[in-house]
Amino acid sequence: MLEQFLQFLVTGVTVGSLYALVGLGFALIYNASDVVNFAQGEFVMLGAMTAIALLGAGLPLPLAAIAATLAAILVGLLLERFAIEPAQGASVVTTIIITIGAAIFLRGVALLLWGKDFHALPSFSGDAPIRLGGATVLPQSLWVLGVTVLLVGLVRAFFNRTLLGKALLACSFNRAAAQLVGINVRVMLRLAYGLSAGLGAIAGILIAPITFSSYEAGVMLGLKGFSAAIVGGIGNPMGAVAGGVLLGLLEALGAGLISSGYKDAIAFLFVLMVLFFEPTGLFGHKAAERV
Amino acid sequence: MKNLWQTTLAAVLLCASVSWASAAEPIKIGSVLTVTGPASFLGDPELKTLQMYVEDLNAKGGVKGRKLELIHYDTGGNAKDAVNFVKRLIKNDNVDLIVGGTTTGDTLAVIPDVEKEGIPFISLAGAVEIIEPVKKWVFKTPHTDRMAVAKIYEDLRKRGLTKVAIITGDGGFDKSGREQLLKLAPQYGVTLVADESYGNKDTDMTAQLTKIRSSDAQAIINFGLGQAPAIVTKNIKQLGITLPLYQSHGVASKTFIDLAGDAAEGVRLPAAALVVAEQLPDADPQKPVLLAYKNKYEAKHGPVSTFGGHAYDGLMIAVAAIQRAGGTDKAKVRDEIEKTQGFIGTGGVFNMTPQDHMGLTVDAFKLVEIRNGSWKIVQ
Amino acid sequence: MRLAGFYVFAAVVALLPVLFPTNYFVTVVGASAGLHVILAVGLNLLMGYAGQISLGHAAFFGMGAYASAILTTRFGWYSLLALATGLLVAGTVAWLLARPILRLRGHYLAMATLGFGIIVHVVMVQATRWTGGPDGLAGVPPLNLLGWAVEGDLPWYGVIMAAMLLTVWLSLNLVDSQVGRALRAVHGSEFAAQMMGIDIGRAKTQVFVVSALFATFAGSLFAHQQAFVSPDSFNLIVSVELVTMVVLGGMASTFGAACGAIALTLLNEWLVVFEDYEMLIHGALLMVVMIFLPQGLFVGLSQGARRLWAMVPRKP
Repeated sequence: MLEQFLQFLVTGVTVGSLYALVGLGFALIYNASDVVNFAQGEFVMLGAMTAIALLGAGLPLPLAAIAATLAAILVGLLLERFAIEPAQGASVVTTIIITIGAAIFLRGVALLLWGKDFHALPSFSGDAPIRLGGATVLPQSLWVLGVTVLLVGLVRAFFNRTLLGKALLACSFNRAAAQLVGINVRVMLRLAYGLSAGLGAIAGILIAPITFSSYEAGVMLGLKGFSAAIVGGIGNPMGAVAGGVLLGLLEALGAGLISSGYKDAIAFLFVLMVLFFEPTGLFGHKAAERV
Repeated sequence: MKNLWQTTLAAVLLCASVSWASAAEPIKIGSVLTVTGPASFLGDPELKTLQMYVEDLNAKGGVKGRKLELIHYDTGGNAKDAVNFVKRLIKNDNVDLIVGGTTTGDTLAVIPDVEKEGIPFISLAGAVEIIEPVKKWVFKTPHTDRMAVAKIYEDLRKRGLTKVAIITGDGGFDKSGREQLLKLAPQYGVTLVADESYGNKDTDMTAQLTKIRSSDAQAIINFGLGQAPAIVTKNIKQLGITLPLYQSHGVASKTFIDLAGDAAEGVRLPAAALVVAEQLPDADPQKPVLLAYKNKYEAKHGPVSTFGGHAYDGLMIAVAAIQRAGGTDKAKVRDEIEKTQGFIGTGGVFNMTPQDHMGLTVDAFKLVEIRNGSWKIVQ
Repeated sequence: MRLAGFYVFAAVVALLPVLFPTNYFVTVVGASAGLHVILAVGLNLLMGYAGQISLGHAAFFGMGAYASAILTTRFGWYSLLALATGLLVAGTVAWLLARPILRLRGHYLAMATLGFGIIVHVVMVQATRWTGGPDGLAGVPPLNLLGWAVEGDLPWYGVIMAAMLLTVWLSLNLVDSQVGRALRAVHGSEFAAQMMGIDIGRAKTQVFVVSALFATFAGSLFAHQQAFVSPDSFNLIVSVELVTMVVLGGMASTFGAACGAIALTLLNEWLVVFEDYEMLIHGALLMVVMIFLPQGLFVGLSQGARRLWAMVPRKP
């Protein structure tokens, strides 16, 4: 029984770290622009699919991964320049619909480029399961976990330690004020989109050996990542990570201990409860409303 | 002189009849398929097959001197769209018959309209409810999920395994398969000791499989479509479970082997003979049909799957019926489809009757095992 | 004069089937569009006037559909009674949810409504005994209107359009009522509205319930019209589509929402011929419209038309 429970925990954390990685991208863009980018899941898909395609074309895996990340960053920058920037000043819902449009568009591009089949990336260090007490875990899951921790650390340091990161944060608090103190808001926005597209692509490449990828793979991951970012308190990168791990644990424990059919309902019921008692998420800013 | 006149007259008549024939209305074949969405790996090869063979038949002069025209819509797996598009096919495009309905959900949703309008309809979906009870205008070509379950249970009986754990997805195919698993278990002396499910877009099923591991199951059966069964297969290996694993005919495509990799070794499943065409004895009447389809499909689109084969069977049964009926009169075509006898398709030999609108037997399924990344018939 | 637009709209809706009684795009697609208009107009009350986003509106649509389908097929209820029960149940759920859920703001509200939609969808898929599971429930009997069984495309067009006109008319009146004015104040600034003595909680709850009832009503009609319900007609994608309709047409305008609903229904019907390019074009169109007409098609185009009209040289 204890052994079983341990496996549920391990499963929860590995799934949760996937969600956390995607959620991190949401938080990053929200931090800089107050926009929730519903195309974040598509960055994940683009990273995975591009890497798979390049690998298929004969590139070695590390090179394919780097190239795929760069490609996704480029897409992120283009998205910001040609879809978000022209819509400056539009309402929140309008920008949401624009990013939803972008998500559908990117899915359409992927469909034309790579067809409808599922594709897999080979695991980075084999498929031999590793035993942890009574539970087992795949080496690839450790990769996901490790890189998540590393990226979280980097993002945290970026916002807390670097001038650039602080400038980015300033844009989210008050755009006009940031502009007044000489921050180039436009550049900051592009930076945020490029960064989160890159983060998304890395997430996609890491998880493609476990979950596989297809042109539609971004939908589910985007949804879970969004949920993670919200539960943690949107705009808080660490919150998004915590939210992701929490969501993963809820699903695994729900499936293992209660009912596998209803596990998503259980997870989201819990999310609703969290929001009812903590209306700005677990670690969100308790921001005062502007009148 | 008289001869010249006769020749001229004959020539004129000939020209006239040729131009009349080519000006004849094309035979319109309608199709609603799930070309995008979660079941796209079923609908995509189906559409490619239909397009390929309609083109092929037209190049050979069409059917009864009339060209074929394929009009198809993508439902994206949404039953509501399937209903609307079937109405569009019937009312707007005036098609003569409909081949399609990739998923059971789409098919069941459109049956009321098909029956009301009275148009021959050959479904490409699996569930047995489509043809049971028999509906006047509705036929289908794929094997039923009940046959798949029977095939798996037969093999379990041969191996002397009675305690089984099942794990299924949350789609229509999965749920209907699960129902048949539950229903047929007593007949084969099988006890189900675990009954787990997962979401079709889930990325990890180890929690459910951990529960199965702690049960006293002797074998695991997974009914599902798409990437999920591949994840289940990998997770089973990850957890170190060594029980025999059975998959359904829903994964009978090369993609499954590619995705699951080494973990797929030793997995058994019921599949149409198409995937093991080369291994059939030369005397098997199906062999030439299978190889012809396979070679034609693979020359153009890459690895063949059994799903495209169902579309081939549906189209060819329809064409043969139109030929026998001498036209596209809907009632006559329907009657002729019902009289299909000894038609050798990719799914097996079809013998339809007024009581059986599919016409396949359990023998049409082969039990195959995955070995060295390829399918082998289990003797 | 206030309802002039409404009368023109009603006249067009009534004339179309007279001119094209057998046209698929009028009768079948028209009926689909009509249902979408009911949904979008209801959602617009919540989004456009009260400023509250909902990413789970399909849940209420589905509750109406399943209430009608289950009660009529499994229990043989009279269809209008099933419809009324559906309204009662969904209304109660909306009322209970409204207070805690509408306390949330912006993206948190989006998350909560989205979660609610997913929970309802999971129940539709999993509670197979009642809902028929992922393949849904077939054989829903025709709607019985006091002895008249509604069957066939043209009668359905009539019924749905009548229902649609009723909801549009209700919405137009509601917006101009005291509740409507209170709502707009809430949208402008909740804090200021509170200062003026508006009971915000009550105003929001009312509009949430009304909006849910519109969707439930549409769901009941949908179940009878299709004679079939399955969970994929009520999933997250549908919820997102509904929001898109409202925003695309133009928020805070009943005709804007209606316009968005019709435009998106027709778009889906037209784009299908592009096959694999459908998604690409769909996404690109959404982006372009929202970038260049951020206030939506209806508002944007009518402003454009007015500007053009102003440029026409007139004789002195």
